[in-house]
Amino acid sequence: MANFQPYDTKSDKAWYYIFRVICGLIFFFLMFPILVIMPLSFNAGNYFTFTPEMLRLEIEGFSLKHYRDFFTNPDWQVAMYNSFRIAPVATLLSVGFGTLAAIGLSQSHVPFRRTIMAILISPMIVPLILSAAGMYFFYSRIGLQGTYIGVVLAHAALGIPFVIITVTATLTGFDKSLTRASASLGAGPIRTFFKIQMPLILPGVISGGLFAFITSFDEVVVVLFVGSASLKTLPWEMFNGLREQISPTILAIATILITLSVLLLSTIEILRRRSERLRGISPS
Amino acid sequence: MVSVDSIIGRNSLHRKVQRSLRIQKLRALGLIAPLFIFILISFVIPIGDMLFRSIENQLVSEVLPRTTEYLKSEQINEDWEPPNELFWHLYVDLAIAAEVKLHTRVGSRLNYEKTGISSLFRKSGRSIKRFGADDYRKALTDQIPELTSIDYWELLAEGTKYGYTRDTYNAWKKRLIENDDFSEKTKPSDFLFVVLANDIKSSGTTPSPDTILEEKLLPVISELPEIRFKELFLETDEDWAEPDVWDTIQLYSPSFTNGYYLNSADFKKGSDGPELRPENERLYVLIFSRTLFMSVTITMVCLLLGYPVAYFLANLPLKYANLFLILVLLPFWTSLLVRTSAWKVLLQNEGVINDVLVAIGLISNLERLELINNQTGTIIAMSHILLPFMILPLFSVMKTIHPSYVRAAKSLGATPWTAFRRVYFPQSIPGIGAGSILVFILSIGYYITPELVGGTTGTFISNRIAYHISSSLNWGLGAALGSILLAVVLALYWVYDRVVGIDNVKLG
Amino acid sequence: MKLTKLSTLVLGCIIIANSSQAIDLTVVSWGGAYSKSQINAYHNPFMELNPDVNIIHDESSYEAVAKLRAMREAGNLTWDLVDAVPSDAIRLCDEGLAMEVDVDEILEPAPDGTPASEDFGASLVSECFIPQIVYSTTLGFRTDVESWNGNEPDDVCDVFDLESFPGKRSLEKRPINNLEWALLCDGVAKEDIYDVLETEEGQNRALAKLDTIKDEVIWWSAGADTPQWLADGEVVFGSTYNGRFFALIEEAKQPVKILWDAQVFEYDGWIIPTGLPEDRLAAVLDLVRFATDTQRLADQAKYISYGPARTSSNALVGEHATLGIDMAPHMPGHPDNAYNVFYFNYDWWADYRDDLDAKFQAWLAN
Repeated sequence: MANFQPYDTKSDKAWYYIFRVICGLIFFFLMFPILVIMPLSFNAGNYFTFTPEMLRLEIEGFSLKHYRDFFTNPDWQVAMYNSFRIAPVATLLSVGFGTLAAIGLSQSHVPFRRTIMAILISPMIVPLILSAAGMYFFYSRIGLQGTYIGVVLAHAALGIPFVIITVTATLTGFDKSLTRASASLGAGPIRTFFKIQMPLILPGVISGGLFAFITSFDEVVVVLFVGSASLKTLPWEMFNGLREQISPTILAIATILITLSVLLLSTIEILRRRSERLRGISPS
Repeated sequence: MVSVDSIIGRNSLHRKVQRSLRIQKLRALGLIAPLFIFILISFVIPIGDMLFRSIENQLVSEVLPRTTEYLKSEQINEDWEPPNELFWHLYVDLAIAAEVKLHTRVGSRLNYEKTGISSLFRKSGRSIKRFGADDYRKALTDQIPELTSIDYWELLAEGTKYGYTRDTYNAWKKRLIENDDFSEKTKPSDFLFVVLANDIKSSGTTPSPDTILEEKLLPVISELPEIRFKELFLETDEDWAEPDVWDTIQLYSPSFTNGYYLNSADFKKGSDGPELRPENERLYVLIFSRTLFMSVTITMVCLLLGYPVAYFLANLPLKYANLFLILVLLPFWTSLLVRTSAWKVLLQNEGVINDVLVAIGLISNLERLELINNQTGTIIAMSHILLPFMILPLFSVMKTIHPSYVRAAKSLGATPWTAFRRVYFPQSIPGIGAGSILVFILSIGYYITPELVGGTTGTFISNRIAYHISSSLNWGLGAALGSILLAVVLALYWVYDRVVGIDNVKLG
Repeated sequence: MKLTKLSTLVLGCIIIANSSQAIDLTVVSWGGAYSKSQINAYHNPFMELNPDVNIIHDESSYEAVAKLRAMREAGNLTWDLVDAVPSDAIRLCDEGLAMEVDVDEILEPAPDGTPASEDFGASLVSECFIPQIVYSTTLGFRTDVESWNGNEPDDVCDVFDLESFPGKRSLEKRPINNLEWALLCDGVAKEDIYDVLETEEGQNRALAKLDTIKDEVIWWSAGADTPQWLADGEVVFGSTYNGRFFALIEEAKQPVKILWDAQVFEYDGWIIPTGLPEDRLAAVLDLVRFATDTQRLADQAKYISYGPARTSSNALVGEHATLGIDMAPHMPGHPDNAYNVFYFNYDWWADYRDDLDAKFQAWLAN
């Protein structure tokens, strides 16, 4: 593995290994909380604690009952249903508006580009509690508080910065001569967009969409303020669970969500590789 | 010599270019416009609207217009005694407000400033119904039965003679309409008869025999017992004699106030300008400085942990780097609530970390470390949560640093440390800037994690804002704290934009 | 394609046709085991008797005042009945957000004909408040703490005694209850507490008493915290609602005991928001009349160890629905438990909450 040069001193070599150990520890720090959750979700007890039976690895210490609870308890089912009802629509809105705007922003002569960009990205920067409180008051006034549309709009606003960022990133690598070639061959702007630009920025759009989806799917502060009980999402129910009735069911959901994350991440990675191949950027 | 044609030709070319540029601009703006409007309506305006609450203070003067108007010219000091006339205005204001229960809202608003006003208003709103206004109603309607109908009052209000009655009636009617309680069948409230009687009595000195009203009513009114408002109010609650109460009403009469901002800085409004609160009530400066301290610490920790990892990733072949990158991204993609609850499990006294430390004999069972419900807990959990936001920008900058620079430095005789310090590190500074500002901005406004693991000393200003918005309901104070926080964040955002450029934020 | 459109249309018509008769009522409560007890004891039987009423559960009682205020601003009232603690009920009543009710008119009398107002007695703390239960905030402790040498706390002041009963405590992160207990244990007579607490000096005295244990206290803000911490061994002594202790001891079988000394009695009940349309108001009044009758209040005690607010219900309290335990001895009002009860002064706190809360939070943060 280690590729030492003949001129490397002993301390260089020692440092090489020490450095790897340090990095290993940091990676451990990153993964540790996630790794701890998974076994705890199979806890046979009703609290967030490793029981003595679990530590002795006895079979009675483990159970699938928290998973069963998740799939049979109507509260969790409603929450899951709502999450899947809100997140995709919010994502569609973010992606639709966001992609258009990102294409607009990538044109060469946009007045006030910097300011516009700053405003469009601001939902990511403004503290969530302020966004939540602001939307709560304002949406109440215009009758959107506690409605499905209100929550979707709020989540779409929060997801937009991610779409803008990822799509503009793919567009900066975009070769303008391709559209010019297409135009010179007689294609109109719309045809050019769908035939040339769209396929190339698609990975950016999808990855932005995934970020927007996860933002909505994992969002709790805004939904607590703007939502209502009939719109409670998974994070809402989890937050309530942490306050009201602490139960390892939350950990079971976490494990399921982590598994989903891994799948999503792999999708993104595959897409990214595809995009680089398509755009002819070779990994250096 | 330039021919006319060529000028026209050049100009038309120039115009064409101009036009096509303009079209291009318009097209770009057209593409951006929908989103821009969307963000404006769903995000920017709501926040502005909320921040406006931090200075807004119309309630007091709207609900107590006569009282606050009268107080304007009063010099209130310790020896000041509220005059009789003031109680008359207070009576009218409270009577109108009590019809739609607005008096208690003013009470709770002013109770934030002075303890006890809430119940003072609640009690008084109830007791003014027993001040004897019903006797006035009976006596007056006995003489003129039409006075029970709202139509008659409408006619009265059209006349110009009884100004106070007209204004009072209209104000009363407006409140009822706002509350959807007004119709032709509405009965005039008792207190209106007191107001009318008062008006008639005072205009009775100038003879005007053209109204039957005076002819019929004046004799009855003079026989009615006078209502001693001051006595009655003081009987309800002797706090009405306190200059402090009136001082508070006077201080909070203007439609806009800086009171919430003063409160956010641990000051309070006094009659001679802002004064510092007593030591046992000072809170917000401490919490703001704590928020800053913890955010700085979290940023430092993230930098310390993120730099080596980013360096490691940047110097791996891309194939492996992407694999390790997943280890960074996985926590990033895991639900925030889940990661926070995981830290709860890990950090508690009887938690995994303490158990391990005890098991390997590093600490004894009795001296378990306190890692949660304090600043340590918040800093650990948040550093974990924000670490990916440090690693990713660092990584993307370090990827662009070519290894040949360091090699060149080494070949020129630099030790590895010097080569790193003099050559590599300076080139990675943009990444440090980007990551640090991003982590700092995100951490300063955090809410959920400190709420769950922060205890009493590890909470941020966001937690106080949330508390004021959903529990104490002091929305103005919440908004004032929020706008201070927002100002800090926006200033940093501006710096970030200058240093890094917002379009250079890298995700994944 | 056409077929689906048609079927949606037909389905839509059916739904509309149905909704003209059926009424959806949104009932707001606290969630957890408490909401379940209400669903079992009140809502489900009511819906069986009234098939045209459908009850939707909301768990936002924590933010009842804020949410109802926001609804007023919006002019869009989506809640029909709200479970609230008296302090919130008083506030909502003050602000005109809750309806004033005449309990003798809208509630059933006791089976023996005693009018509701007498049957409910002292629990009628506001004109808008329709009481349901009596609960208490009290202390509990682990029974297996080695360093206590087999002693068990039997006095509320033991929570301040770090020498005899060392270990972490959990107390609620708000001034209410804590300041009262502190003064009580600092030698103030029960009846003088609020007079003392009114003075700056008394407030400092209470905080000074709390200072003696401040380092050993973890502050809770959610009802689930103390039970979880006691079960984990994070704390050995802590306050929470008596129903939480019941679940911890009888259902989760944890080695914990309740200390009933100086338990603080509190009520909980319904408020009806003002401004309901007539049909919904009629349905809500039906539900409230049903849910607060003598039998229903006694039924609730089958699911949770909170006492019925009606005197006439007490005799009907039976066994726990699933555990088969006799519930009467677990009620806060049972003579064995109510030997030293502290009554909470709602009116006083309505005035002093803002001020003392600011001072308490400043004290906590320092």
